[in-house]
Amino acid sequence: MILILAYSAVILSFASGLLALVMNQRLFLLDWFEKSSADNERLASCLGEKQFSSLVQKAVFMLLGLSGVFAVLAGLSVLISQGVVTDQLSLGLPWLPWHVRFDCLSGFFFLIVGIAVSAVSLYGPGYVKSYTDSQHPFAVLGLFTGLFVSGMLLVLLADDAFFFMIAWELMSVASYFLVAFQHEHAANRRAAFIYLLMAEVGALAIILGFGVLASFSEGFTFDALRQVQLSANWASIAFVLALLGFGMKAGIVPVHVWLPEAHPVAPSHISALMSGVMLKVALYGLIRFCFDLLGEVHWQWGVVLLILGTISALGGILYAMMQPNLKRLLAYSSVENIGIIFMVLGLAMIFMANGHPQLAALGFLAALLHAFNHALFKNLLFLGAGMIHHQTHQLNIDLMGGLIRKMPKTSVLFLIGCMSISSLPLFNGFVSEWLAFQTALQVDVLDNGVLRSLIPVAAASLALTAALAAACFVKVFGMIFLGQSRSHHCDNAREIQDKGMLAGSGLLAGLCFLFGIFPGLIINLINKVSGQLLGASLPNDAALGWLWLAPVSANQASYAPPLVLTGALIAGCISFWYLRRNPATVIRHAETWDCGFGGLTPKMQYSCSAFTMPFRRIFNKVWIIDERIDKDLRGAMNQDVAAVHYHLEVNDHSWPLLYEPIERGVNTTATIVGRIQTGNIRTYLGYSFATLILMLWVIS
Amino acid sequence: MNWLIAILQTILFVALSPLLAGWVKCCKCWLQNRKAPSIFQPYRDLLKLTYKQPVVSEQASWLFIKAPYVIFSATVLAATVVPLIAVDLPTSASADVIVMVGFFAFARFFLALAGLDIGTAFGGMGSSREMTISSLAEPAMLMAIFTLTMTASTTNLSLAIAHVLNEGLILRPSFVFALSALILVAVAETGRIPVDNPSTHLELTMIHEAMILEYSGRHLALIEWASQLKLMLYGVLIANIFFPWGIAQSFNPQDLAYGLMAIMAKLAVLAIVLAISETLVAKMRLFRVQEYLSFAYLLGLLGMLSHIILEASR
Repeated sequence: MILILAYSAVILSFASGLLALVMNQRLFLLDWFEKSSADNERLASCLGEKQFSSLVQKAVFMLLGLSGVFAVLAGLSVLISQGVVTDQLSLGLPWLPWHVRFDCLSGFFFLIVGIAVSAVSLYGPGYVKSYTDSQHPFAVLGLFTGLFVSGMLLVLLADDAFFFMIAWELMSVASYFLVAFQHEHAANRRAAFIYLLMAEVGALAIILGFGVLASFSEGFTFDALRQVQLSANWASIAFVLALLGFGMKAGIVPVHVWLPEAHPVAPSHISALMSGVMLKVALYGLIRFCFDLLGEVHWQWGVVLLILGTISALGGILYAMMQPNLKRLLAYSSVENIGIIFMVLGLAMIFMANGHPQLAALGFLAALLHAFNHALFKNLLFLGAGMIHHQTHQLNIDLMGGLIRKMPKTSVLFLIGCMSISSLPLFNGFVSEWLAFQTALQVDVLDNGVLRSLIPVAAASLALTAALAAACFVKVFGMIFLGQSRSHHCDNAREIQDKGMLAGSGLLAGLCFLFGIFPGLIINLINKVSGQLLGASLPNDAALGWLWLAPVSANQASYAPPLVLTGALIAGCISFWYLRRNPATVIRHAETWDCGFGGLTPKMQYSCSAFTMPFRRIFNKVWIIDERIDKDLRGAMNQDVAAVHYHLEVNDHSWPLLYEPIERGVNTTATIVGRIQTGNIRTYLGYSFATLILMLWVIS
Repeated sequence: MNWLIAILQTILFVALSPLLAGWVKCCKCWLQNRKAPSIFQPYRDLLKLTYKQPVVSEQASWLFIKAPYVIFSATVLAATVVPLIAVDLPTSASADVIVMVGFFAFARFFLALAGLDIGTAFGGMGSSREMTISSLAEPAMLMAIFTLTMTASTTNLSLAIAHVLNEGLILRPSFVFALSALILVAVAETGRIPVDNPSTHLELTMIHEAMILEYSGRHLALIEWASQLKLMLYGVLIANIFFPWGIAQSFNPQDLAYGLMAIMAKLAVLAIVLAISETLVAKMRLFRVQEYLSFAYLLGLLGMLSHIILEASR
């Protein structure tokens, strides 16, 4: 029964992809329809050009949404029943059918994918209306979206290495086509190529990781791989390969560079899926590989994850802060959040290896909860970015402003996203951050001196990351929605009219708030995952009643968001009521005080680069900053300044430090190898002859 | 009963905070050979502001008008968490010390947004500076507080303070570091000299005042009150975490009265220290603040490490 739900989710998403192909067959259908000479007028009217395309789009997204709903149902049912379902599909190689296993971990990630896909499919029809022309065919978009979603769901179902890699590649390649969807710009093609390259290198690393396990085992099924007892060295090699492969997909520094390239160029609902969900699938892969297949974790791995996670978290948010492009900024912020998840996962590993499974379960809970929360609010923010782009045709934050008056509903939704991602209390991001701190504070139980001093440093960086994230999203919301508008695009912006787009983002915003107030709902589900995977779940999670969150024990730490919300409402209402009771003090609106000089222009406002200037000065070693002021000089002696241009470019250190040397190395090798490619047939015959002689000598 | 005490204590917190601000002002005036205003002057100012008609810019959105209420409520909620005259508060359990830092972040988030809302240069400048300073101060504060929570192995402030109280007077190196870090952070976060000067409106230096420049009437009153509350909160945190003696451990009236006297005395002393330091120290350049705050961050981290290395019992 559970499997049927899961399969229907996969099949429905696949079907939605196939249905999108119908988009190009309108004339054929029309033809066929006339031949069959049915005189149903309603059907005929559906085949009109406009009606047809909107009908197909709606149907495609409806199937996708149904797939999401089924995924949620499947995930919930397996989590509630806490069962493990296995199955074999007679697809694939004759001696290796596809093994399917659906357990709590897969179920939890099914839930994440399902919620995100449902929200996106509500949002989609309104957003893709502009993609009906021949240059951006909807058929391509719909097809690869369907394949992409089904690929992600299949990765979660896979129970053998072979099937896993097929599903993984389906996900990667389908998303490549989505990134390359607007391929008319060279920059987009370059971004898509970088994405594909890194996805394939990552896939190779994952295959090698499976290879290490498989070479010691009977077969490729995960059951066989689980039985393997690896020596510590081989296990670590497998771990490093898996970390490289899955980390590349998840976007860990320094292999994160595809994220800020690929996310801005894909359509917004696709970047929402990629950033919100696909990164989580990579996380699933890592968890499955380390905690399930490798079985015994080593604390050194935890340290590696902790350090990488800390660097990613800090680096991600610092880079995010400097980006003027909204979607690029969100992509870097995904690097930050993945970094936080890796940090906490590293803590879980450290506690696990040191024999504290309950604390490991706490870290695991924090990591999975943050993954879930990030999926919600990052999706919301990307959908919000899509709405802003849809209305202003602009992604540059420096050219926006004042949208709160033009797009009130969007602004509220976006504000909720910003508050969640800045981990403010009462929203979901805070709960996972709180749990992360609680995990780090348990460091006292460890015996290893290095770990005991390393973890507080990591906690300090986490605190810094959270504070920087708040600063970053104050900037984002402030520059986009507040102040005066900085370009005519924003002057003419209007509120989104499409109800679906608002509903999709509204759903996510509502969930952000709901799980911020009642985190217990989702924590109980995650507890089942850790119970199944780690063999330990949290002690007395309901010690104080369902309103409370007390992960370790009631005396150590507790948090009751519903009570906090009540308190906030009471305090707010009393102050509001008290101050509003005097009718003489109604608000008077007046012009903004301009110090008597007359006329405040939008240019006088703080801009994005001005807002982040103090950070640029404080952390100036983090970026490669190219900042200069050009003056247009005029007059006989160049004494008049006609205009002043400010130029600022902030670049990523990882390009010159890591990728450009690799690029140079590849090019040099290619030149060297190219020397033997003379293009002369006699030389090639000579090579064949030499090879033949060599082989004969080796054999004899 | 517990809840009643908690609510009463919060009301006391809110009611006493202007008094502390008035006392600091008095001390400063005396030290600087000026005639001091009445200690109750902040109350009169607040009352006057609530009766004034607020003038709001035409540019302002709903966020600008709602922000003062949010800021005030978030600060009041932070005050519910901190034990003032008695420990064993149920509110400390419903929101622990990390949540308290979260409330500060909440208030600051809206204050910074309100600063950006009108679209003047001053507002943006204030928001940018405030977020810069707080993003360095907040982690330093968390580090200082984590030293306490790790010593007491709880993040519940009531229990942590009770733990310190029951341990008796022990000189812990970690607490010395944490105390210095928290004092440095408190000065930065409440906008006092040498980081910010609450009594000037000089565009080159102002931070907090720049953000609230457009506010008037009851909105300004709420924000002013919230910042006075914040000053008192930091004072109480320093006083009750590091010198908790005198705080009531049971709810009988005598203990409570004794607790109230104790905290008022402690706050009065702290205010004098603040006034002296504000008189002696000059305001520093904005880009020196990072060094100051990194120092606080480092102190906090040192406190945590010295707790783990020197004190933690294994």
